[in-house]
Amino acid sequence: MRSDTDACRTMSSFSAALTDADLPVPDGVVGPDGKPAPKRFNVYRNNVIVSLTEALAQTYPAIERLLGEDYFKALARSFVTEHPPTSPVLLWYGAEFPDFIETFPPLRHYPYLADVARLEWAWLQAYHAEDAEPLDPQVLGSVSPERVADVRFTIHPAASCISSRWPVFSIALANRFCLEDPPAIDLEQSESVLVARPDLEVGLHPMRPGADLFFRALETHTLQEAANKALAEISEFDLSGCLSDFLSVGAFSGLGPVGAPADRST
Amino acid sequence: MKTKVMSAAIVAGAVATAVAGISLPNTASAQAKEKCYGVSLKGQNDCKAGPGTTCAGTSTIDYQGNAWTLVPKGTCETMELPGDRKGSLTELDRDLPKA
Repeated sequence: MRSDTDACRTMSSFSAALTDADLPVPDGVVGPDGKPAPKRFNVYRNNVIVSLTEALAQTYPAIERLLGEDYFKALARSFVTEHPPTSPVLLWYGAEFPDFIETFPPLRHYPYLADVARLEWAWLQAYHAEDAEPLDPQVLGSVSPERVADVRFTIHPAASCISSRWPVFSIALANRFCLEDPPAIDLEQSESVLVARPDLEVGLHPMRPGADLFFRALETHTLQEAANKALAEISEFDLSGCLSDFLSVGAFSGLGPVGAPADRST
Repeated sequence: MKTKVMSAAIVAGAVATAVAGISLPNTASAQAKEKCYGVSLKGQNDCKAGPGTTCAGTSTIDYQGNAWTLVPKGTCETMELPGDRKGSLTELDRDLPKA
């Protein structure tokens, strides 16, 4: 009987050879005649690469459109060989693709691609995130003015934001979400995008200046602290505009515990 | 040099403005959609769920009972369709492709 270690060794040499065509056909892959079956293994190897490449194309359609099918396929192939899946869930495959694009030397003259890919990844994560009822603005409205500066927000499970120095929102619309009526793209423009899914449809929302800093700060800070962090970086930061945007698109799912006012008697 | 800091009172004012300024039709829940089965024309059903789940545009017959499309909340079951069909919030066993 073969030991567990043997089985492990077979498994790891099999999976290593799947994504590396330079490796030999693993031991034990044989045809009906008992001889090694390199052709059969190559068919299987090809199916693995092609299916993962197709999965990437479905997750990153804007990138595929920007690069063209042939280039995308070649890029995806080299990604797949370096980043084989670590989960059996195909819709979680490709999280590292944006970073891979960013450091892929031949694409260094297209620096906006990685952020567009990050936005597409965020879209897919939002789609599959846990459902939750968005925060009713009236709940925030009912907090007393003395305490409202200290509230903390619970970020909605499907909400996230992408900051970019490139016009990622316009590029994503023009290449995926709004193909019929593509917006003009000005590469000098920086755009940050809030991704949210309050109900069934994922929404992409361009953000006001500093809103991305504010949104991230809210994950760990009170409202007032977060507002001042954003204001320290961006002088035209508009707190009431940002809050109004976040509440309208369903970026929060609730209010965290409001800290008791500091005890000043001692 | 940091000169501008928002006081608690300014923050409270901004909250009041933001909350007051949100008119109901703009809030997320008012634009809610629901999944409606049995109403989409062939090849036009929704479902863009990424790899491994792709089924958008895969329905093969009109008003296929197990294919859905997003419609404004509350309108699905009242939708009038040819041949006395109605939309449904759950899968239907009418108009299914032959196995």
